[in-house]
Amino acid sequence: MDKYVCQVCGYVYDPKQGDPENGVEPGTPFEKVPEDWTCPVCGAGKEDFEKE
Amino acid sequence: MKPIEIAPKIYWVGAVDWNIRDFHGYSTKAGTTYNAYLIVDKTVALIDTVKAPFADEMLERISHVIDPKKIDILISNHTEMDHSGGIPKIMHFIGQDKPLYCSKMGKKNLSMHFGDKYNFHAVEDGETLSLGSRSLTFLETKMLHWPDSMFSYCPEDKILFSSDAFGQHYAGPQRFDDEIGEAIMPHAKTYFANILLLYTPLIEKLLARVTQMGLEFSMILPDHGIMWRQDPGKIVAAYARWSRQEPKNKAVVAYDTMWNSTRIMAESIAEGLGQAGVHALPMHLRANDRSEVITQVMDAGLVVVGSPTLNNGLFPTVSDFLTYMKGLKPKNKIGAAFGSYGWSGEAPKILSSQLDEMGFDQPEAPLKVLYVPGPEAKKQCFEWGEKLGKILVDRLK
Repeated sequence: MDKYVCQVCGYVYDPKQGDPENGVEPGTPFEKVPEDWTCPVCGAGKEDFEKE
Repeated sequence: MKPIEIAPKIYWVGAVDWNIRDFHGYSTKAGTTYNAYLIVDKTVALIDTVKAPFADEMLERISHVIDPKKIDILISNHTEMDHSGGIPKIMHFIGQDKPLYCSKMGKKNLSMHFGDKYNFHAVEDGETLSLGSRSLTFLETKMLHWPDSMFSYCPEDKILFSSDAFGQHYAGPQRFDDEIGEAIMPHAKTYFANILLLYTPLIEKLLARVTQMGLEFSMILPDHGIMWRQDPGKIVAAYARWSRQEPKNKAVVAYDTMWNSTRIMAESIAEGLGQAGVHALPMHLRANDRSEVITQVMDAGLVVVGSPTLNNGLFPTVSDFLTYMKGLKPKNKIGAAFGSYGWSGEAPKILSSQLDEMGFDQPEAPLKVLYVPGPEAKKQCFEWGEKLGKILVDRLK
């Protein structure tokens, strides 16, 4: 599973950790993260993420 | 040290930092101000504070309006220490248990600056707080320019407390746009170039959101510099324009030099650019601060970077400038690299690969000259500049 980096603030989405505070379970690959999920640090949309 | 009444019972209670010349690496030749705002209502609110050494100045201004102990709530629009540095002092003064309003990220970030001892009230995006006869609506503006950043908007008066957005590093006898006029715009532009340039996609989104929400502004009160009360639309329009990063018929030739050879190249290139009808500025990187150079880069269509080869690499000030420019992510630029050298001559190639990483389109191969440019080399530089200039002029058609 690939990590994805927010191009706005540099936050790294690690699928192993997910984003449980915002409803994304650990182990969720980036492709399966809900489309309306936003970067927990800066609020950028999924489209602003690129593969690490 | 007196307050200024901006609207009935809304006061500027900030501080003027006349002497600061280096704001975390940004050259502030005109100083700056830290603007804090006091709203006296059934609930007395202070919006933002000042840099720590200026907290007494702020308290003195507040004291002319009200006993500072009567402040009921503190609102922190932004965690950065030029606005939060006064928090410990003011909280000590008004009582540690008084509510401290901020964004969710603000709560997290303030805790990591000052500990978690305060009575934080993390607001939701769009949440409204009544102060009595007035209210404040909080709008998250994440990454404009920190994760914690937010605006506070008073709908009754249509006043926007805009945190760092729309600010300028300017300390002067004036406090308002109508007092200073057009002279404030270069300061606002420098601020935008040095603090906000990398976030232009977010600024465009924010401006669209503000329009969609139908927010109107009678005044925009930023945390630095001049307050916009006569024509707040002017700075909003400027932000929309700057965010587009439309390239102009302008070139910046940013360089450093050891024995003047790269300088001679830079100035010959600039003359060639001029021949092609491009407004070209040679900027020596030890005569011009990085913050001045990046301000010129912001609307230039062409950025030409020159470095002598020092110990098989770049000259340090050129690396400094490239690091700074890379972080600010300027868009829609043509780039080119040059430099004089003595033996190995790696610098232009390194420059070129760094410009490549920044997404600059480089239509011409790097230009290098061995030792001191003579008549032939000067001609070559002039023609290289002219060629680049023609390419820019063509692309702007």
